[in-house]
Amino acid sequence: MLLTVVVLLPLAAAALLLAVPALAGRAAIWVWIAASAADLALVAWMWWRYDPGQGATGVVGNLAYEVDLRWIPTVDAGYHIGVDGLSLPLLALTGVLFLACAVWSLREPDRPRAQAALFLFLQTACLGTFAALDLILFFVFFDLTIVGMYFVIAGWGHDHARRSALKFFLYTFVGSLALLVGFIGLFLGSEERTFDMVALAANPPLTDSPLAAGLVLLAIGLGLAVKTPLFPFHTWLPDAHTDAPAAGSAILAGILLKLGTYGFVRIAMPILPDAWQRWAMVVVVVGVISVLWGAFVALAQTNVKRMIAYTSVNHMGYVLLGLGAAGLVGQADAEARTIATVGALYQMVGHGLLTGALFLLSGVLWSRGRTYAFDSWGGLARPAPVFAALLAVAAFGSLGLPGFASFIAEFQIFTGALQAAPVATVLAVTGILVTAGLFLVALQRLLTGPTAVPSVGEDSGSDDGDAGDVAPSSRPTEGGATATALRRRPATGMRDVHGPELGAVVPLLVLAVLLGLFPRALLDVIEPAAAAVAQLVAR
Amino acid sequence: MNAPMGGMTGAGEEALALLPELLLLLGAVGGLLLGLWTPQHRQWRVRAVVVAACVASAAAAAVVLGDPPTRVFEETWVIDGTTGIVRIVVALSAAVAVVLASSSLAGHPRETEANVLMLLGALGTIALAASGDLLLLVAAYLLASIPLYALAGFAKDAPGTEATLKYYLMGAFVGVLMMVGVTSLVLATGTTGYPELATLLPQAPAALLAMGVIGVLAGVGFKAGAVPVHFWVPDVTAGTTPAMAAYITTIPKIGAVAAAFRLLVEPLAGVPLDVPLLVAVIAALSMTLGNLAAFNQTDVLRLLAYSTVSQVGYLFMAVAVAGRTDLALPALAIYLTGYAITNLGAFAAVAAFPEARSITDWAAAAGRNRWVVVSLVVCLLGLVGTPPTAVFVGKVAVFAAAWDGGLAWLVVLAAVNTVASLFYYLRWIAPAAGGREAPAGGGMDGGSATVVVGRSVRTAPVVTLHLAAVATLVLGVGSGLWLAVVVPG
Repeated sequence: MLLTVVVLLPLAAAALLLAVPALAGRAAIWVWIAASAADLALVAWMWWRYDPGQGATGVVGNLAYEVDLRWIPTVDAGYHIGVDGLSLPLLALTGVLFLACAVWSLREPDRPRAQAALFLFLQTACLGTFAALDLILFFVFFDLTIVGMYFVIAGWGHDHARRSALKFFLYTFVGSLALLVGFIGLFLGSEERTFDMVALAANPPLTDSPLAAGLVLLAIGLGLAVKTPLFPFHTWLPDAHTDAPAAGSAILAGILLKLGTYGFVRIAMPILPDAWQRWAMVVVVVGVISVLWGAFVALAQTNVKRMIAYTSVNHMGYVLLGLGAAGLVGQADAEARTIATVGALYQMVGHGLLTGALFLLSGVLWSRGRTYAFDSWGGLARPAPVFAALLAVAAFGSLGLPGFASFIAEFQIFTGALQAAPVATVLAVTGILVTAGLFLVALQRLLTGPTAVPSVGEDSGSDDGDAGDVAPSSRPTEGGATATALRRRPATGMRDVHGPELGAVVPLLVLAVLLGLFPRALLDVIEPAAAAVAQLVAR
Repeated sequence: MNAPMGGMTGAGEEALALLPELLLLLGAVGGLLLGLWTPQHRQWRVRAVVVAACVASAAAAAVVLGDPPTRVFEETWVIDGTTGIVRIVVALSAAVAVVLASSSLAGHPRETEANVLMLLGALGTIALAASGDLLLLVAAYLLASIPLYALAGFAKDAPGTEATLKYYLMGAFVGVLMMVGVTSLVLATGTTGYPELATLLPQAPAALLAMGVIGVLAGVGFKAGAVPVHFWVPDVTAGTTPAMAAYITTIPKIGAVAAAFRLLVEPLAGVPLDVPLLVAVIAALSMTLGNLAAFNQTDVLRLLAYSTVSQVGYLFMAVAVAGRTDLALPALAIYLTGYAITNLGAFAAVAAFPEARSITDWAAAAGRNRWVVVSLVVCLLGLVGTPPTAVFVGKVAVFAAAWDGGLAWLVVLAAVNTVASLFYYLRWIAPAAGGREAPAGGGMDGGSATVVVGRSVRTAPVVTLHLAAVATLVLGVGSGLWLAVVVPG
């Protein structure tokens, strides 16, 4: 019941916003913040009361806050939700990141009522996907995230927002239909004909027909790979990110990409263990290619946001490396495979926090200068020291410096994967070097040297505009960015990060550091579930 | 067909078994008589009678839904789950269509005739679905066709007349084809009843059988608007008024698909030809060609017309595996219902702004009305099969049924087609949703505002659109309940 409230509370708040026209302007954002904060508080309560248990628990048993109602009995699809060590951290991450985006949006409200309602709708969709324990329910929420994000990008993006949104929708919709076909395959292949994930994981379908299991895994893997995104299905990502609003990008990278990786852990691995073992090496290879491809392509970018977007491909590659290594049962012992899984799960949380912060910070650049081009900016450390500090912290965290969540994650992935796939792991480690290099170069370009800020007339980031429902200064068509991009102004004209921007970014970075320094709090929750996944895969 | 009336014992009970159909007939006759004695400005009374007849018919059908299957009137009229679903969905859809048409028909000198014809078409549609005999099937085909010819050209304008002519010629041609098919099957077996056909057709000569199968399938395919007898769909849809287009592309399809389903379950189940494969090919062609043709449409009605062709493809997936898997009937039940609701909603969106025919015009006309856009988005995404709408559940069920029936290739093709369909629905959604934002963000650009002023907004279609959007979501979430009611066990 509590979990249902957690999932549906944002949706109820969205309905309230749409139903009460008085909640316009800043009031809408405050409703959004209140709803997100309440939701996060409920998730925190759930976490506080959650008992992770000892040994391998979760996935097929020991599910907390479980609700199982009949929905479509003809195909045995139900409203089955619950929480275990796989989903709880991601539910919490969703709560944190959406609250951060809500706070961020106080900055320059742009049609705030619709925006807040849309983001709250998206939050319900994301929470629902993580909480779902039924394939159809999972798919329902999974698809709704696509719809929600389409409208976020198309409605609040800039430059080629319409085109990028369409590309995003079409790509991920292809993926989701492949996923649906795979789910139907699981349904038809299972003995008791059910869409229930717990029942399917307890009694895996298609064990006697490797070909069918492989094809179903291919369909599911394709669907999740588009979402994750993995090479070569990542091409929608840079465009979507570049043209999305900052908060949309943060959610897209921080939460929506996790839907893909979460799907691998929650569905592909426990339900198709044989096939996962058989094709684990392919997963590892795809993961490593994504790591290297993402890193090198990010290195070549001239646009801050595209660069961050490609590092997401790189970071998700590590997750797949860990999950693939967990399937190499013959080559590694149970402990190593568990460590690899734990690392992959930890990486999801760490990446969500850090990339969310990076995208929000890139939104600062857009609001000040209407461009993400590296060569338009320089020496920002002088006029905007706080921005510089936050960007540096986020970048160092993202490249995997010890003391940050990503370090814990990547270290465990490599430790766990080294035994099973030594060559792949060594190759992936070089990815870290490239990422380190590119982040350092980015910091150097943006923060050091002579100060350069593109001049766009007024500073539209100021919130004393009292824009209300109408925010003309933030219209996407405003101020041809390319025309003004090259006109440098040797000014100290950049306004530093302030107010809501600080309030949104700082908590994310603090959490990333806390998870890097005190990993036990999260590991205690993740480890039993990861052990369970590693055991289930080894069946 | 109704020869045994009165003479036999129990004929009264048999007639009572047809209570839902009798109510529709009563509504049609009563409405016609009432209309004759009602002044022009009180024609809403006729509408009320017609809608009441539809609702009563649906209620009467719902009452007997759980009863064991029976065949009445010498086993020509089958009353089972399939008939029950079609009775309810068709009657309610007809009521919605009558309400939807009320805006454009109000004050029309032949308003009563239109409403009565809509009822008679619905009656023919139900007869199609209930036919357990080839001759009744032919009669039902005619009853479901002739009122629609009149409705298609009801406005008596040039496009309507052309549409009617095309519709009529094609209908007459396919009708002859169908009768040739029926004749072949009668020649081969000497009977017209489905149960006897089911036992005799497996031994029938192949040539006669093939001719019969093709003829009969052509008939139901024409009513359903399936490839290759779909050519009337875009012209009729674009030529007639939006409300009539909603009726013509929704109601006959329901009965035709159900009739095809029954044909495959009963008489054609054991034949040496691979009829399921033939139907699967029809399904594949319908969804693919419908989608491809819809890509470049800028006229909203033509876009929706081709969308209905592709939707028939998905519906025929369930027909292709009829009788081969237990999932086929639930799949058909939920998809038919979801399609009827969602399609009526999409056409209602067009009917709301009858002067706006192109996508951009529509977006401009609807620009100020945010909720209309939201409901349109729900309906169009519903037609794509986005959860949690009814068509989504229908698609899942249809895909599962087709795969379970051994047509995995068709499932893959349908998934690809679903993605393709998203593209043209988004071509409508994007400007519509964008048009909503332009006034909200700018507000000062007078150009778009002047365009909006000239447009008339019709109330009944807007209400219908909102109801359809809500209904498709409710049915999607409550699909389990609906299936438990219509397909018990």
